[in-house]
Amino acid sequence: MIKNSSRREFLQTSGLLVASVAAISVDGVEAFLQRPAAGAGPYPDPDFRQLDSWIAIRPDNTATFYVGKTDLGQGTGTAFRQIMSDELDIAFENTTCVMGSTDITVDQGGSGGSDALQTDGYPMRRVAAEGRRVLLDMAAEYFGVPVTALSVSDGVVSTRTGDTADRTVTYGQLIGGKKFNVTLTGRNIDATTGKAPLKPVQAMKNVGKSPRRDDIPAKVDGTQRWAVDMKVPGMLHARNVRPPMVGATLKAVDESSIKDVPGVVKVVSRGNYVAVVCEREEQAIRAARQLKVEWTPPATAPFPTSEDLFTYMRATPTSSVSEPVVTGDLAAGFAGAATVIEAKYDVPYQGHTAFGPAHALADPSNGQLTIYSNDMKSYGMRTGVAQFLKIPKEKIRVVWMQGPQAYGRTAAEDAGFEAAFLATELNRPVRMQWTRQEETSWDTKGPAYAVNMRGALDAKGQLVALDYDARAGDFNHVGYNEADTVLIAQLMGQRKTPARGRASYPNDKYTVPNRRMAGGVVPMPLAWETPVRMGNLRDPDGPQVTFASESFVDELAIAAKADPVAFRLALLDRGTGDDSGFKRARSIACLKAAAQKFGWDTRTSPRPRSSGDIAVGRGVAYAYRSETVVAEIVEVEVNKRTGHIWAKRIVCAHDCGLVINPDALTHALEGGLLHALSRALYEEARFDQSKMLTVDWITSPTLTHADVPEKIDIIQVNGDPNPNRPDLQHYGAGETICKPMLAAVANAVFDATGVRMRRVPFTAQRVLAALKI
Amino acid sequence: MAALNLLVNGKRHTVEAEPSTPLLYILRNDLDLAGPRFGCGLGQCGACTVLIGGQAVRSCVRPVSQVQNVEITTLEGLSKDGQLHPIQQAWLDEQVPACGFCQNGQMLTAKALLDKTPNPTDAQIREGMKGTLCRCMTYYRINAAVKLAAKRLA
Repeated sequence: MIKNSSRREFLQTSGLLVASVAAISVDGVEAFLQRPAAGAGPYPDPDFRQLDSWIAIRPDNTATFYVGKTDLGQGTGTAFRQIMSDELDIAFENTTCVMGSTDITVDQGGSGGSDALQTDGYPMRRVAAEGRRVLLDMAAEYFGVPVTALSVSDGVVSTRTGDTADRTVTYGQLIGGKKFNVTLTGRNIDATTGKAPLKPVQAMKNVGKSPRRDDIPAKVDGTQRWAVDMKVPGMLHARNVRPPMVGATLKAVDESSIKDVPGVVKVVSRGNYVAVVCEREEQAIRAARQLKVEWTPPATAPFPTSEDLFTYMRATPTSSVSEPVVTGDLAAGFAGAATVIEAKYDVPYQGHTAFGPAHALADPSNGQLTIYSNDMKSYGMRTGVAQFLKIPKEKIRVVWMQGPQAYGRTAAEDAGFEAAFLATELNRPVRMQWTRQEETSWDTKGPAYAVNMRGALDAKGQLVALDYDARAGDFNHVGYNEADTVLIAQLMGQRKTPARGRASYPNDKYTVPNRRMAGGVVPMPLAWETPVRMGNLRDPDGPQVTFASESFVDELAIAAKADPVAFRLALLDRGTGDDSGFKRARSIACLKAAAQKFGWDTRTSPRPRSSGDIAVGRGVAYAYRSETVVAEIVEVEVNKRTGHIWAKRIVCAHDCGLVINPDALTHALEGGLLHALSRALYEEARFDQSKMLTVDWITSPTLTHADVPEKIDIIQVNGDPNPNRPDLQHYGAGETICKPMLAAVANAVFDATGVRMRRVPFTAQRVLAALKI
Repeated sequence: MAALNLLVNGKRHTVEAEPSTPLLYILRNDLDLAGPRFGCGLGQCGACTVLIGGQAVRSCVRPVSQVQNVEITTLEGLSKDGQLHPIQQAWLDEQVPACGFCQNGQMLTAKALLDKTPNPTDAQIREGMKGTLCRCMTYYRINAAVKLAAKRLA
C-alpha cells in the first residue's frame, strides 16, 4: 500500500514527478535520463524497438515505465506498474509510470476499446521481462557466475557461492542513470518483444493485489494539475461562437458589437467557424456572448424532432445494411412455433456529456506546437492536427494530462484542434474552453437504435426462433481526431464521403436453432456541422443492442412461464458445439454467481401485485464483449405515484480473466454500472427541428447522489475451467459493464409492476404514462 | 477594472479585474488555485465550490466584488500543517476519485454538510449532496467516505 506521505516523500527524494503533473516535470525526467531535450522540439517518434523508450532505472534502484496509454480515471497507470514491476522484478513501490505524451512515450494509441491490458499490457510485460533478462546478464558478468546461479527480488540480484556470504547487487548499481541500448524486435508496437519469456501468472507478486491507485492522492489534496490548469506565459483565452440553428451559414460578423469589451485580441472566422480570443478569460466569455453574428438558416431541417425520432428511423430508407448473421431456417422456426411474440425497443441518442467541458492549450513557441490536452487519443491528435494545419508531425507534440471523464470520442479532440488552429493564427499560446451549453449540445453522441424483435417458442416453452432487426442512427460516425471530420474542419467546409456507420448485433452465447440478426443504418437529413454526429461512447452500441436483446429474452422467458435466470441458463446449457474460449462456460458461471449473491428465488415475472405506492422487483441481464462476461441483477423500487425508479440494489458478476488490481477494478465497475443506470433512467439528447434542447444539467439530467443504490455487490468471477493456468489472459474490463444495465432495469420494472418499458430513458413521466395504460 | 481585496485560505490578495467577474476565474487565473474547477458556469454542477462563511458556495456565479474581505476557503486550504483534513483522508481511504474532476466540489460540499449535520443519515447525505454531480458516478464511494469522515470527526 502506498500511503500518501510515503508516496510524496518518494517523489521528492527521487526527483521524479508523475506525468500528470505537468510537461515541465516530464522534461525534468528526460533531462535526468540524458535524453535529447524534448522540451524545445522537434519531437520525433520515440523508437518502440529500443528498451530505453520503455524503461529507465536510476542509481537509487527506482524505475520509471513509459507507456503510450492514457487513463480515464480508472487507475490503469497503477495496473501497468503492477504488471511491469512483476516482470522486471523490481519493488512496486519504487516505480512510477509516465503515460500518453507523444514525445516521450511510444504510440500505443492512447485509450480506447478497453484494450489497455488486453492488448497493450502484453508489450509492456514483454519489455519489462526483457529488462530483467538484460539486468541478470549484467549481474552474471558482474559476479562472474552463470545466470542460473542468480536470483532476483525487488531489484536486488543475489548469488550464492556456497562457501562465502551471499553477494548482492541492485539494478540501480548495474545500470542506474545509464541507457540499456538494447534493441527489441516486433513488426509493430503491439508485437514489441525482447528475447525473455513472460512469467507464469503464479510467479507474479503484485498482480492480483490492490495497491492504492497512485493518481488519487493529488486528486484529494488539491495538488493535481490537469490539462485544464495548464498555463504558459503570454497565454490568451478563446471561446467559440456556434451557429444558433444547426446547419446555418455565416452571413456577417459585426466586430463593432464588442468594441466596449476590454482585452479583445482577435475575432477569428473561417467558413462557419467563429471564435473570439482575449487577454483574460472573463473577457472572452463576455465577448463571445456579446458578439453579433448573422446567420442564414438552412433550407431544410437538419433532423426530425427527438420526439419523432423513432417513427422517422423506422420509416426512412436505410443508407447501408449490415451483413445478416443467420443460423438454421428462421421461417421454418417461426412456422412450427406454438407461440410467437414480438416487440419494438427504442434507445435515443445519448451524449458523453463530460463533466468538464472540452478544453486544450496550444503553444506555438520555438516554431513548434505543443498541445496540452486530456484527449484519450493524444497520438491521434498529433497526427490529425499535423494534417489539419499542414505542419510536419515532428514539430507537434501532445502532452497528455488528466481531465474530466469522457469515455470515448469526445469534444476534447475538437477543442485540441481549435486551440491549435487559433495558436497558429495568432502565433501566441491559446487556451480553448468550451461552455457547458456547447459541451452538452455539440459533443458527439452515441447512436440511437430502433430494434424490432420477434421470437418463437415451441409447445414446451423452448426458444426455437429469434429474429433481431436493428435500425441504427449511426450515419456519419466520426473517427478519432480526423483532420476532415473534427467539428472545426466541418464548420470550415471540409467534406468527405460520410462514414457509413453500422448496426451492431447481440453477442450473447445463447444457442438458438433458428436465428437471424440483421440491421441497417438510417441517415439524418444533415450529415455535417450537426451536433447529431456519432462518435464512440462507452461500448459504442452495446447498451442499445443489449437493451433490445436482453429485454426480449426476458419477454420470452415470461411467455414460456419460466424463471428469467433459468431460461437464460437453459439457452447457454443446450449448446453442444465447441466452447472455444469457454465462452458458454464463463457465461453460465457469471449468471450463476450473480443469482447466488443476489439470493435469486426461482419464479416467473411479474411478482404478485402489492398494495401501496412502492412496487419492488428484480431483473437480470447478461452480456459478452471481447472475452469479458458480465451478468447484472438489479432490484428496483418503483414509486407508482411519482413514476420514479430507484435501483436499490445492484449485483454484478464480472469475468475479465486475470485481474490485475481487484479494488481498482471494482471501483471502475461501480462507476460503469451507475453510468449505465444514468443512461437507463435519465439520459437523452433532445432536439427540435433546428437545435438541441438539451444544453445543461437542468435540461439534460444525470444520475445524482439521490439515486445511489443502497448496496452494490461486485463479484469477480474467474469462470475459466482451469483458473490456475499459467497463461491466464487479462481481458478488457472497461466497457462490457455498460451493456446489460438498461435491460436489467427494464426487466426489474416489469417484475415490479407488470409494465414493460421499451423506450429509454425510463423517466418518471414515461413510467407514469405506462402504468396508466 | 478595479482593485479587489480577497482573503483566501488565510492570505490577503489584491487583484485587478472587472468587479462583475465570477470569483472562479479570479481564483484560477489570478491566484493560481486549481482546486475550484469550471464545470458549467451556471451553478448547476458544483465543480467550482468554495467555502465562504462555512457555506458551500458556487464560485462560478458569484461576482468577485461580493466576496471581498470575507474568508474564502478552497480545497487547497482544507488541509492544515501538511495534514489532510479528515474528509480528505476518508476520500483517500475509500479510494473515492475516478477522474477526480468533481471531487473538489464533493469534498467541500461534504465539509459544509458535516459542519451542519455531524452524523448524517443516508437520506441526509443524499439530500445534502445531490446537487453536486459526478459523471464518473463515484457516488457510492462518496457516500461511504462521508460516513467514515463523520465517524472520525465525532
